[in-house]
Amino acid sequence: MPTRLLAGLGALLIVALPFIPGVPPFWLTLLTYAGLSAIVVTGLVVLTGVAGITSFGQAMFVGISAYATALLTTTGGLSPWLSLPVALLLSAAAAWVTGAITLRLSGHYLPLGTIAWNISFFYVLGNTDALGRYDGLTGLPPISVLGHPVLGGAEALLLTWGFLALSLWLTHRLLRSRTGRAIRALKGGVVAAESFGVDTARVKIVAFVYAAMLAALSGWLYAHIQRAINPTPFGINAGIEYLLMAVIGGAGSIWGGVFGAVLVTVLKDQLQNVLPLVFGAQGNFEAIVFGVLLVLMLQRAPDGLWPLVVRRSVAPPPDRGPASHPLAPRPACAPGTVLLEASHLRKTFGGLVAVNDIGFQVSAGEVVALIGPNGAGKSTTFNLVTGVARLSAGAVRLGGRDVAGLPARRIARLGCARTFQHVKLVAGMSVIENVALGAHLRGSAGPFRGALGLDAAEEAALFAEADRQLARVGLSACRDLPAGSLALGQQRIVEIARALCLGPTLLLLDEPAAGLRHQEKQALGDLLRRLRQEGLGILLVEHDMDFVMGLADRLVVMNFGAKLCEGAPATVRRDPAVVEAYLGSAA
Amino acid sequence: MTRPMLEAESVSVAYGKVEAVRGISLTVEPGRLVTVLGANGAGKTTLLNALMGVLPARGAIRFEGRDLTRLPVEARVAQGLSLIPERRELFSTMTVEDNLKLGAFRFRGTGGGGDIGEMYRLFPRLAERRRQHAGTLSGGERQMLAMARALMGRPRLLMLDEPSLGLAPLIVAEVMRTVARLRDEGVAILLVEQNARAALQIADHGYVLDGGTVVLEGDSRTLQTDARVVETYLGVLAADDAAAPPNRVASGR
Amino acid sequence: MDATILLLLLQDGVVNGAIYALIALSLVLVFTVTRVILIPQGEFVAYGALTLASLEAGTLPGTVPLLLGLGACAFLADCAEARHNLDGRALLRFGLRDLALPGVVAVIAWLLAPTKPGLPVEILLTLVIVTPMGGFLHAVAFRPLAHASVLVLLIASVGVHLALTGLGLVFFGAEGSRTPPLSEASFPAGPLLVSGQSLWMIGLTLAIIVALWLFFSRTLLGKALIATAVNRLGARLMGIAPSLAGRLSFSVAAFIGALSGVLIAPLTTVYYDTGFLIGLKGFVAAIIGGLASYPAAAAAALLVGIIESVASFEASAFKEVIVFMAIIPVLLWRSLRSAPVEDEE
Repeated sequence: MPTRLLAGLGALLIVALPFIPGVPPFWLTLLTYAGLSAIVVTGLVVLTGVAGITSFGQAMFVGISAYATALLTTTGGLSPWLSLPVALLLSAAAAWVTGAITLRLSGHYLPLGTIAWNISFFYVLGNTDALGRYDGLTGLPPISVLGHPVLGGAEALLLTWGFLALSLWLTHRLLRSRTGRAIRALKGGVVAAESFGVDTARVKIVAFVYAAMLAALSGWLYAHIQRAINPTPFGINAGIEYLLMAVIGGAGSIWGGVFGAVLVTVLKDQLQNVLPLVFGAQGNFEAIVFGVLLVLMLQRAPDGLWPLVVRRSVAPPPDRGPASHPLAPRPACAPGTVLLEASHLRKTFGGLVAVNDIGFQVSAGEVVALIGPNGAGKSTTFNLVTGVARLSAGAVRLGGRDVAGLPARRIARLGCARTFQHVKLVAGMSVIENVALGAHLRGSAGPFRGALGLDAAEEAALFAEADRQLARVGLSACRDLPAGSLALGQQRIVEIARALCLGPTLLLLDEPAAGLRHQEKQALGDLLRRLRQEGLGILLVEHDMDFVMGLADRLVVMNFGAKLCEGAPATVRRDPAVVEAYLGSAA
Repeated sequence: MTRPMLEAESVSVAYGKVEAVRGISLTVEPGRLVTVLGANGAGKTTLLNALMGVLPARGAIRFEGRDLTRLPVEARVAQGLSLIPERRELFSTMTVEDNLKLGAFRFRGTGGGGDIGEMYRLFPRLAERRRQHAGTLSGGERQMLAMARALMGRPRLLMLDEPSLGLAPLIVAEVMRTVARLRDEGVAILLVEQNARAALQIADHGYVLDGGTVVLEGDSRTLQTDARVVETYLGVLAADDAAAPPNRVASGR
Repeated sequence: MDATILLLLLQDGVVNGAIYALIALSLVLVFTVTRVILIPQGEFVAYGALTLASLEAGTLPGTVPLLLGLGACAFLADCAEARHNLDGRALLRFGLRDLALPGVVAVIAWLLAPTKPGLPVEILLTLVIVTPMGGFLHAVAFRPLAHASVLVLLIASVGVHLALTGLGLVFFGAEGSRTPPLSEASFPAGPLLVSGQSLWMIGLTLAIIVALWLFFSRTLLGKALIATAVNRLGARLMGIAPSLAGRLSFSVAAFIGALSGVLIAPLTTVYYDTGFLIGLKGFVAAIIGGLASYPAAAAAALLVGIIESVASFEASAFKEVIVFMAIIPVLLWRSLRSAPVEDEE
């Protein structure tokens, strides 16, 4: 069943439910709770399913907001509507600090940190007099909508699901925006995203803060619907449950999150009725089922249940319409201008010299190929030039500017774009959005403009540019397909389109012909010749000698980390030293 | 012709959508040294990894008549197969001696396995460095340790992935001599090499891969003089003067 | 706070730190060998304490049926794993390991428990009951996820923790237990009175550390574990199966967990869910050690113990908070000197 139809039916059901006679009020309450959880889980989907990072501590952000609004509205006498922004900001600030500490480290530090801090948070709540210790705070005012207080039942249900709908809408927009593409790009590898100017550490923090703000929204709603709070629902177990919902529903889509939230909430209620009878005692026996379920899901259906419910598809990107202010084309360099100048490059790993005193130039309008037998140090040299690896000695100048020590995303700003040996596209994202990521540095809209839809003009311009580059490489027909569905050869071409979207003067290609079929290689060769004619400088590392010999203007041959020789293909091809490097010497 | 020790029948390996090895068949007879040649990206390493079970493969792989296709790496080791991978995969923070001891892990508790003293006689440099961490060894020493470690497991078929990689010509020659000696001692060997000349000098039989398939097969003498071997390495641009290098190979013998 | 109190707190801290050190060591072991961040380590601690308490009371511990159940699950998991090469020998091996072994342990426990055989035998029995659970859990929950990312393994680990806590409640009930000390003796040392219990704790911790060191440096099996941690593919090529290494490291973890439980049971009342917090403090230590270094983790564990004991004197309600906040400066420091971005493959 298509997602849209299912979502519409679900919404209709929720709105209609209170008016169906005979529906027990208990179900309305249960669904209200499911809605509250779904708001949190939506944030977790952005975090886990999209950005690939995880938190067990979302309950903490729910709690920060709930306690903040409780204090502000009881002691402070504020209206809940006025305390909402404060609650949101507080949770966001907490998330920012937590994220800033852990998100630059390997992926498991954030979840571990959130476990520890959520537990700490629980003890702080339970031991602080001003927060009512373990008894919590009571007497919160209800939220008034148009002067009408929302006091549970159908009203709470509609309010909650209304906010859930708003959250889903904002999230949907955010993920489609420039920032959203950057968040989604994390799945294609941090190095690729950085190479197009994305500050991945910052993007991760944005995702984390956004998730915390949705948690805060849920906490605020919860506090004023419940009108009394205590530490229990903000403990680590609640945090784990939110993650369980995301995993069971499917963290890959926001609908999966909603589905999981409803499913787990209902299941938990049922289990709490049944299990104590089975075991003949009171207690949180549902934890056993949840734990086993979590492990089984990860083993058997790591994408969650939602993809099993709906047909798998990648939503086509929105039609942005014609651009009112298309991006200005970058000025091309005059042929012969030196674009890249590498001199005396040296890289050592421990005591091992991987690259030793390599130097070469690439000018506008020429193709230079870096070749050499396996283990000669070509890839390392390539990484040195692109800022992925750090130089031990030597200098790399781009357009006359020394770039040694600059991270990849700063090098991208200087008009240097690259592709990858192992294609690094976001498989689940449409081709055009993948290409548009290349233009990341040519836009400026942040998460707020994106989520609120104030970025329409800029988005139209970026997508127009992406369309132009996709047409340039001849893949317009694949525009709306998921990038992962393309053949490898086409994926490599998409990477080139993405690189062109940056508006580069210099193009660096890492084994562009690897794994291509014969016709695909020919098409690639034709494209690169065209780009050379248009004035681009191209440096490529390549194993495929047929391909290189027919394309490159100059070859730089490496062996044992050092430069063996440099020259035109025909000359190099005849050089006995090169022949020996490739075929070995008869000992 | 003796019964083959290793038989691979139309083995294919795919990384996602890309087939790196497409329907390769090859055999290794007991006590023979077979080499697999080809340029970078031809599928040599992928093929070895598939034979060893490091990568899942389609097709049939039999060793001494037994179907290996569904056995994990460890079980193939127990059958007497051994692979020295391209990256050597030594235990870098452990001593040379511990690396060697672990080479005989499959004989744990039975006292089988190779003799460390014998390894030190075979590779005297390792004896000097027995207490050093494997990570501190030079490229040539690492290759020796990798070979010695594999021999500790008394393999009946030893597969080597580019043992000459990154080694200076003099050391390449030494490594090749050692490989040839192992063959003479009765170990069947499957040698993957980019250094075609060195490999063909010691091999009995060779396969040349290009684009994931076998493009050429024959006895190593024939292959040494076949101009097509050069083409797979250096491209076809200068096909007119491709005659020169093979001649030099022949005369180098 | 005067010097005597400080000394007292230090003593307390070192004793608690010893337990955290044991836990931290097993966490580092499991993580380096299997990439699993073993959240359920705390449950082994609780199981150890509660099992001993049951035996002290002369009843059959709830961990015995649990062990039988886990063994049966592991048997099914083993058969499923080996389905392509399942033969009589494999079945026999799985049957002995997963069904017969727990069965024998259960019979012994059933026979001995009512006789209250005395503390040493009870401790031994406790270890024998809890240790095999580690291997079974690995087979059931983690081996099928051998190729998953660290993050997925971590989520699964939390799932296992949830399930084991719930099962703890089922088999031990909500009441806590405390066991008599290992020794009633005490020795004056300057202004302090050193209890026999704390000497036992420190002594056994040191003994375990020495035993682990011997295991890793002297036995081929121990070296195989390190080898797997250093280079998984290299180890497989030597015939060291990752599942063997995983089962072994999980068993070591369960053993150390149960022993920690035995040591801690006389000091504090242990409930079915107490282990989680104890385990997490071991984590704080392991994280400070970067989840990689054994000595750093052990040293950090002592620090955690001391921070905790000082905190519990100065602000007892917030001691957990203070301990968990201790990782912030460490993470901050690691974060500032972290390498430039690289893809985690």
